[in-house]
Amino acid sequence: MIKAIKTFGKYLMLMGKTFTIPERMRMFFKQYLKEMEQLGVNSIGIVLLISFFIGAVITIQIKTNIESAWMPRWTVGYVTREIMLLEFSSSIMCLILAGKVGSNIASELGTMRVTQQIDALEIMGVNSANYLILPKIMAMLTMIPILVIFSIFSGIIGAFCTCWFGGILNAVDLEYGIQYEFKEWFVWSGIIKSFFFAFIISSVSSFFGYTVEGGSIEVGKASTDAVVCCSVLILFSDLILSKILA
Amino acid sequence: MIEIRNIEKQFEGKTILSNINATFANGMTNLIIGQSGSGKTVLMKCIVGLLVPDHGEILYDGRNFVHMGKKEKKQIQKEVGMIFQSAALFDSMSVLENVMFPLDMFSNDTQHKRIDRAMFCLDRVNLKGAENKFPGEISGGMQKRVAIARAIALNPRYLFCDEPNSGLDPKTSLVIDNLIHGITKEYSMTTIINTHDMNSVMGIGEKVIFIQEGKKEWEGTKDCIFTSQNKKLSDFIFASDLLQKVKKMEINNMKD
Ligand SMILES: Nc1ncnc2c1ncn2[C@@H]1O[C@H](COP(=O)(O)OP(=O)(O)OP(=O)(O)O)[C@@H](O)[C@H]1O
Ligand SMILES: [Mg+2]
Repeated sequence: MIKAIKTFGKYLMLMGKTFTIPERMRMFFKQYLKEMEQLGVNSIGIVLLISFFIGAVITIQIKTNIESAWMPRWTVGYVTREIMLLEFSSSIMCLILAGKVGSNIASELGTMRVTQQIDALEIMGVNSANYLILPKIMAMLTMIPILVIFSIFSGIIGAFCTCWFGGILNAVDLEYGIQYEFKEWFVWSGIIKSFFFAFIISSVSSFFGYTVEGGSIEVGKASTDAVVCCSVLILFSDLILSKILA
Repeated sequence: MIEIRNIEKQFEGKTILSNINATFANGMTNLIIGQSGSGKTVLMKCIVGLLVPDHGEILYDGRNFVHMGKKEKKQIQKEVGMIFQSAALFDSMSVLENVMFPLDMFSNDTQHKRIDRAMFCLDRVNLKGAENKFPGEISGGMQKRVAIARAIALNPRYLFCDEPNSGLDPKTSLVIDNLIHGITKEYSMTTIINTHDMNSVMGIGEKVIFIQEGKKEWEGTKDCIFTSQNKKLSDFIFASDLLQKVKKMEINNMKD
């Protein structure tokens, strides 16, 4: 317990060091663009792929397992949409990103630490936390709404594909269900949640990577720890945020 | 000139450095030698501020580094260049970008001037033509030379090298040593080098400090080493048979 509090204190101190005005805006923007590409744009593929299949699978599952004669014809589309908007496209997708982006960040910073690249920055008089971590956090916060929207669309396209190519149900019914009693707020709440998750992923995994001591084994451990810690924090905060935003 | 006084450092109750005093003059290559684990790297990290010594004072031309505000520390750090044991190049950047990094960060020159300066530094370490390669694509000796170019990009007054030629063949080591020596003379820098390479000691040891188990055992020039009566020093330096023979010959030469 005391160790957890100590770690949290160190995390806060690192964030304090991170959130300062960058020394050179030019260098900050250069890093910011690079991180947007590396963390955001390069994640679009996996987001589209997974959302597409989940959208399709949810449709098939609901259709074959839930629907019966006395249920209205909009059930399948409606349920698919609600699952995608409320849970999958924000929370579950961020869990997946925690695995991809989190381990990426932690191992990159960890390697920089053990090969003394961070020391080299410090010696030059550069605020290494600010230079390395701030662009990552900002890039994740910028890219995450885009990823959420991509995920929602891809999921819905997946659902339609089951109609068009699988003949599971009538596309008109699905469309009707997807539009049935649509609440715009659900999209916003998904995006709001994802901002929190994006901050958790980028800052927590940066913390694990930045504070590595030792060699390559510790870097590997830090990257696993980062993913586990991010996932737990995402699940936990999802619980709280869902209650608040409901 | 850098002066250190009564430097002490402990890790978890274990004393790594105790009561080290020394002065490092400018325009000279100052060597710190000692066995692996004797505390050379820790001492250097204390001097450059990566570690904080438990006791003692560090004076950069009279400016006390230990009791200094953040701003003044930063000012000194801009006058410091360091070459790490592992080169520590930024591996997401090309060679040219690595050398340009300190300039991009701190210099107000135009892009064109910064590139010129970086190319000049690369030329100084004989690396023209490799500027678009990445650190992963060049050899260890070249990496060390890029690290030197990066360290001198901002015209530092103080240069620190932690085992600049570890893991290099004797010939490449010589090139690196001469490079550091030449740059030190050219810009009249205060250069401190950690090493356990006897070739470096004999070649560029204008001032040598011998550390054992965290204590300063001996200090002098490379020429005094042969005549020194210090048992620990000669045990360390003349560990191999070859060097024993060299010592005998050298002493005979001196007698003649
Ligand atoms: N961060 C640290 N925490 C605890 N002990 C440390 C730390 N850094 C160094 N030490 C200890 O300090 C001692 C001196 O280490 P140092 O790295 O200075 O040796 P060195 O003289 O540079 O050796 P080498 O020639 O192999 O580089 C070692 O016994 C090491 O275990
Ligand atoms: Mg060392």
